[in-house]
Amino acid sequence: MNSIILQTTSRLILPAALVFSVYVLLRGHNEPGGGFIGGLIAAAGIAVHAIPRGRTALFAMLRVWPKTLIGAGILLAIISGMPSLLLSEPFLTHQWPFASLPIGTTLVFDVGVYLVVIGSVLTFLSYYLER
Amino acid sequence: MEPVFAIAFGVMVAVAAYLLMSRNVLRIVLGLLVLGNAANLSIFTAGRLESRVPPLVPAGEAALAGGANPLPQALILTAIVISFALVAFTVVLFESAHRRLGTLDADAMREAEPLPQATTKKSRKVEESA
Amino acid sequence: MILLALVMFAFALAPFVGAIGGRSSPFVAIIPLLLFVAFCVLLPEIAEGGTLLETHRWIPSIGIAAAFRLDGLSLTFALLISGIGCAVFLYASAYLRGEPRLVRFYTIITLFMASMLGAVLADDLVLLVVFWELTSITSFLLIGHTPEQERSRRSAQQGFLVTVAGGLAMLAGVILLGSVADTFSITEILGKGEMIAADPLAPAIIILIAAGAFAKSAQAPLHSWLANAMVAPTPVSAYLHSATMVKLGVYLLARFDPVFSDHALWIALLTGFGAATMLTGSVLAMRETDLKRVLAYSTIVSLGTLIMLIGIPGELAAVAVVTFLIVHALYKACLFLVAGIIDHETGTRDSSALGGMRHFMPITAAVALMGGLSMAGLPPSIGFAAKELVYETGLAASAGWALVAVALLANAAMVVVAAVVAVRCFSGDLSATPKTPHDPGFAMLAGPIVLALLGLLFGIAPWLVGNGLIVPAASAIAGEPITFTLSLWHGFTPMLALSVLTLVLGVFAYRRWSTIRSRMAGIHQIDDWGPDKLYDRLIIGLQSVSTWVTHQIQPGSLRSYVARTLFIMSLAAFVTLILRGGYELPSFANSLGPDLVIAILLIVSSLAVARARNFVSGIVAAGMVGFTVALLFLFQGAPDLAFTQFSVEALAIIIMLAIVGRMPFRDRDSRIHKERLRDLFIAGGTGVTAALVLLAVLAQPFDGRLSDFFRAASVPEAHGRNLVNVILVDFRALDTLGEITVLGLAAIAAAAVLAGLRRATAEKSK
Repeated sequence: MNSIILQTTSRLILPAALVFSVYVLLRGHNEPGGGFIGGLIAAAGIAVHAIPRGRTALFAMLRVWPKTLIGAGILLAIISGMPSLLLSEPFLTHQWPFASLPIGTTLVFDVGVYLVVIGSVLTFLSYYLER
Repeated sequence: MEPVFAIAFGVMVAVAAYLLMSRNVLRIVLGLLVLGNAANLSIFTAGRLESRVPPLVPAGEAALAGGANPLPQALILTAIVISFALVAFTVVLFESAHRRLGTLDADAMREAEPLPQATTKKSRKVEESA
Repeated sequence: MILLALVMFAFALAPFVGAIGGRSSPFVAIIPLLLFVAFCVLLPEIAEGGTLLETHRWIPSIGIAAAFRLDGLSLTFALLISGIGCAVFLYASAYLRGEPRLVRFYTIITLFMASMLGAVLADDLVLLVVFWELTSITSFLLIGHTPEQERSRRSAQQGFLVTVAGGLAMLAGVILLGSVADTFSITEILGKGEMIAADPLAPAIIILIAAGAFAKSAQAPLHSWLANAMVAPTPVSAYLHSATMVKLGVYLLARFDPVFSDHALWIALLTGFGAATMLTGSVLAMRETDLKRVLAYSTIVSLGTLIMLIGIPGELAAVAVVTFLIVHALYKACLFLVAGIIDHETGTRDSSALGGMRHFMPITAAVALMGGLSMAGLPPSIGFAAKELVYETGLAASAGWALVAVALLANAAMVVVAAVVAVRCFSGDLSATPKTPHDPGFAMLAGPIVLALLGLLFGIAPWLVGNGLIVPAASAIAGEPITFTLSLWHGFTPMLALSVLTLVLGVFAYRRWSTIRSRMAGIHQIDDWGPDKLYDRLIIGLQSVSTWVTHQIQPGSLRSYVARTLFIMSLAAFVTLILRGGYELPSFANSLGPDLVIAILLIVSSLAVARARNFVSGIVAAGMVGFTVALLFLFQGAPDLAFTQFSVEALAIIIMLAIVGRMPFRDRDSRIHKERLRDLFIAGGTGVTAALVLLAVLAQPFDGRLSDFFRAASVPEAHGRNLVNVILVDFRALDTLGEITVLGLAAIAAAAVLAGLRRATAEKSK
């Protein structure tokens, strides 16, 4: 699938997909969106970028192994549950440190989900890419 | 409206079951794809299709009066991603099996459980064709 | 607190003992010595008739406590366990020097000692069973000390299967006993003796508990495992398989003797099996030349004697049980250790090949002679007193003449065994041995010397052991305080005449031992049809049955697994739906609408998947199914789901198409016609059942409480307006954490499969 059309269009698609995925991730708590969808959109964008270019390009772009993203994501999700333990509440009881701002540990959790989804999809994908 | 989808669900399950029992493992992959969708459909239908309004609380309000049932949606959202991972993993497994054993016939994959000494006629034929 | 502490002390220090023992240091005996001293400190209180009880909370909800009880009977056992343990540990430190796996050996034998102490101290039936099984497991590990030998593995397995099968029977008996008595506390059960013995379930309890005790104490016909257990290192044989573990069955029966002592079944079962075991052991002992196996069969005789004595009601029988128990533990451990010394020093333990060893090892010869005196029941050893008590009990019992006749034969056999082990190897002409022997060092001799001397000392001064230990223990067996004065010399009594007769018979048999032995060994029927062979046949039969069953349920075909699973699952659901009755169908009114198009599209596209001629068209059709479901989500107020589904379908198609060309895609479904019909039937049934289940759900009114909670709580509690996302990341965040972990693990597992594949292809290409 080494077509020039795909190579050219994907150059535009990748940044757009990444920006859009972060937007979808961030607005997820109040509007349709969230970590799962954001992660899938980002993964699809990266896939479109990587398919015509191959594995090496994928790793060059990511700078880390996709597996690392999985680990980082699960770690973030667990970390987001830690403050509740310090306050002796059940694990993963989310905290809202700023009274007025709608930013809480849920966001950290959702970013974790986002990373795991990207990491998993790309781990599968990286195998099927041409070397 | 829901009973119609229950019928569709039955058809999908039947198709998935038929494909899962195939000899060609690639058809098993197709069966898993259909089965995943069937499962999600059943959860969605069981939560009732009463409203076409998404479960979003309007800005500035404290609670949502009606709207679609949010609970099955939350369950299905993860299920979609998980069943994708299941299918992808199965494909990897089957390709690996194909490379090692040189066959896509489920009945010919017998590394873990070899046939007992007295082989049946049918299975001998399978071995010959493989 | 003290009893729990002692047991836990023994368990906790097992690794420590293992570490010391690994260096073959004689200090390994310090732990059993400490325990022995602790029990000696407790002795005066118990000797005065006291009982130490303590209860700790364990599982109060079902009435199980970690309760311990120290009375005369358990103290006798505890002293034997720790005292003989002391001798055996010390002995092993020299005997096993330089052998492999010493750390394992000492750790396990200490765990055994701890379990054994726990079993005899337990005052709760369930606790007793737990410790009882622990002794079976540790015994299994110790018999299998050299697992690379086939004989060792078989013996370990046999001992384990027999004792654990008995343990299961006993567990059933214990549960019955607990429910009849309405308590698991042994102390309370002993207080309700008459009520329990009169219960209609009493015969079942007696049979089950006796079965467990008989298996553990190697009663005929379950005796073969004990002789085979002799493949274990000699310290194990001396400790587990003569002095302590095999006595656990005796302990159990003695413990419950106050409850059942007058029950006719109890008396018949115990005296019957005990006497039969005495005869079996005597006959088998006469056929052997291997010193350890000869001793093992004589142990079986002694265990039979003990069981028979428990079966006989009365105070005298109780005294006889305890005296014989102590005497047997002292001399049998001593003689086993002597047999080990002979084996260790000469390189053989074939009694027919040994002779004149007194020239090489005079001290060992003297020790053996002292132990032999006690075993043969000759004065001035305590063995004499014990044998007289056995005869006296037998003479006083009903149908006593039969029991006395059996005892006479068994005791004559004991005289022969004692002579073979203690006299034959050491006297006569020198015989050539694989190694030139000499007396072993202090560590190996200390234990046998002390044990042999105690046998003589107690004989000369019976009050040393009589009042302090035997009377309290006998009181525990009799269930009431008794008074008795143990003495060596009874005057000219019928018992003395029987003793003389025993000795005459024994000496006569010993002088013709070679002839008798080879004649007896020539009886092939015992080898061909004995319980040991039966055990082998049973195991082989069991294996062929399980092979057959495995082939039936596990034919190795993925398709048939799937088919069976689907068939049974849907049949079960279908039958439940029909049999429960009141099946309702929901109303199909309002079905005509734009959504009907989606439903039809779903049906058509899934049928297209099934009918696809090749993989690519199958993928396209499956994609159609997915996109249709996504459309449904979109129209039915689930934009999150729709977007997710669209992205996933896109990714799935990307991945599926990426593997085009890697696998052959000409997709002939090679199912034959008959298989197709069967699969169609099962698939159809599964589909119909699935649809019926969902319709039944839809016919019920909807319970929306949970959904309403989320509608109300989302903004105030979780500060989010998108309910789906709020449920995912907040209310059910732990679920989601689990799900992303599964997702990540699937990807990592796939990567691992592929890494292995790449390695395999790389090797192949080399």
